[in-house]
Amino acid sequence: MLQLLLFNVTNGLIIGAFYVLMALGLSLILNLSNVINFAHGGFLVVGGYIAYTITPYVGFWGALLIAPPLTAAIGLLVERVLIRPLYGRDPLYSLLLTFGLAFIFEDGTRFIWGAQGKPVTVPAFLAQPLSNEFFFITGYRLFMVATVAVAVTLLFVLLRYTRLGIRIRAGTLDLETVSALGVNVGLLRSLNFAAGIYLAGLSGVLAAGQLGLEPTMGAGLLMPSFIAIIVGGIGSLTGTLLGGLLIGVASGITAVFLPAASEAIMYVLMAVVLLIRPRGLLGEEGMMT
Amino acid sequence: MSNQVNARKLIALACIWAVLLLVPYWMPPLGGYTALGTRVLVLGLAAMSVNFLLGFTGVLSFGHAAYFGLGAYGAGLSLKFLAPSTSISLLMGMLLGGLAGALLGTLIVRRRGVYFAMVTIAFGQVFYYIAFQWSSLTGGDDGLRGFSRQPLDFGLFSIDILSNTNNFYYFVLFCFALVVAVMGFILRSPFGRTMLAIRENERRARFLGIPVERHIWIAFTLSCFFMGFAGALYALLNNFADPKGLHFSQSGDFVMMAVMGGMRSFWGPLLGAAVFVILQDYLSSITVNWMSFVGLLFVIVVLFFPRGLLGVVRRKLVS
Repeated sequence: MLQLLLFNVTNGLIIGAFYVLMALGLSLILNLSNVINFAHGGFLVVGGYIAYTITPYVGFWGALLIAPPLTAAIGLLVERVLIRPLYGRDPLYSLLLTFGLAFIFEDGTRFIWGAQGKPVTVPAFLAQPLSNEFFFITGYRLFMVATVAVAVTLLFVLLRYTRLGIRIRAGTLDLETVSALGVNVGLLRSLNFAAGIYLAGLSGVLAAGQLGLEPTMGAGLLMPSFIAIIVGGIGSLTGTLLGGLLIGVASGITAVFLPAASEAIMYVLMAVVLLIRPRGLLGEEGMMT
Repeated sequence: MSNQVNARKLIALACIWAVLLLVPYWMPPLGGYTALGTRVLVLGLAAMSVNFLLGFTGVLSFGHAAYFGLGAYGAGLSLKFLAPSTSISLLMGMLLGGLAGALLGTLIVRRRGVYFAMVTIAFGQVFYYIAFQWSSLTGGDDGLRGFSRQPLDFGLFSIDILSNTNNFYYFVLFCFALVVAVMGFILRSPFGRTMLAIRENERRARFLGIPVERHIWIAFTLSCFFMGFAGALYALLNNFADPKGLHFSQSGDFVMMAVMGGMRSFWGPLLGAAVFVILQDYLSSITVNWMSFVGLLFVIVVLFFPRGLLGVVRRKLVS
């Protein structure tokens, strides 16, 4: 029993770490540009498939390095051409646009790579379980968590100490003033968007190694990231981090006692948070709208 | 001047109802079929219910398919287990969708703007997972089967709406007219005017002493009742209910219909639904990649026709 619980908590943490990576990208874009990027799951899938395509040439490590920037480049293009004209308008429009994009991504990946699931081979030493006693912790899972930890740390350092990061944080609070102070807000939004999509691409490569690839996988992974953001509190990246881990562990523990509800528990958690603390765990008071 | 406008409105209204009444006569010769007309009517009603909230209260719910789907399951389960009666199934569907909306609405109205949309999407998915997981009751992924709409029994005579598609069309049109009348009545009432005030300037409405949150909750709940009713009709149309009807991609379709038709006008969503349904029907018959085309349609409408078809027409009329 104890081992089963331990297994599921660890499992939940690992899944949670993965949600965090995805939700942080979504949260970055949402905070600065007020765009709910419905195509985030689509970008994730595209990142995964790019990794799948280039793995035979550059190996898994090469793909891990190359696929996310390529995905970010696609994201940059999408932002420049399609999303930029919508910034001044009701957020409804960017939501609908990215919603349509998600359709196009899903259908496009199916068209290019086929509807059949594709496996991505990870290096052999990562696929081994660590020990007999802890059979469930494969090297790859640890590696996933480590990658997420590194990526999240880098992101927070970037936001805290670099000029770009400081501007992004300032823009989250008051974009108009930042613009009046002479910062190129258009460029800021583009870079921020690309950073968010980079994280989606990275999640895609990691997911591909663990789950394999399917054109439809993006939509299913999107919803937990939404919940992570709402639970964690809007406008707070630390909140998103906390929210992702929390729903991961919660669904891990529920899987022990009531497997059918392991998905539903996230929604229950969200309902409880909205009931007693509408702004989310670490959301700021002023960020109600 | 205002007489002229009123006359124009009346003529437009007469035209709309004439077109709707005569669907079984003009649709088949044009290469359609009456059931397609029924589909347009049902989905149009759903899009109008979404627009009741989106276009007239100004809050974006992106999870309304949940209440639509609940309506469908409510009607299906009622026909299957409760009573073989079409009218009871409609009532049960509407109640299930509406009550769920009323309950979740209390949580959802605590948020505004983009976050309102996010919370509605996330809560909408709850019902998708329930319908998906609880297969002993709902049939899971395969959907709920084993029920069919029943003849309308008036004691002295009964009307067969199961095998006669024209009869069923007129039955749906009758229900549609009923709900649309209620909707129009609410929008003309002081309550409806308050909804518009909130849409135009929420802060000012608050300063005027309007309990904004309560109004949004009432509007949300009402639109969920309408949605549940539309969903129940949808279940009767297909004699089937499936989890896809609850999924957020269905919500996106409804919002799209409303935007494409013109969300600032009462009838816009119906037009949007007609274009959307017919286009989807046509595209899925000629290509397997119809999803891409639907996605492309989203992108084009958002970038080039954000006011919708009626918005474009209206602008032409003014200039």
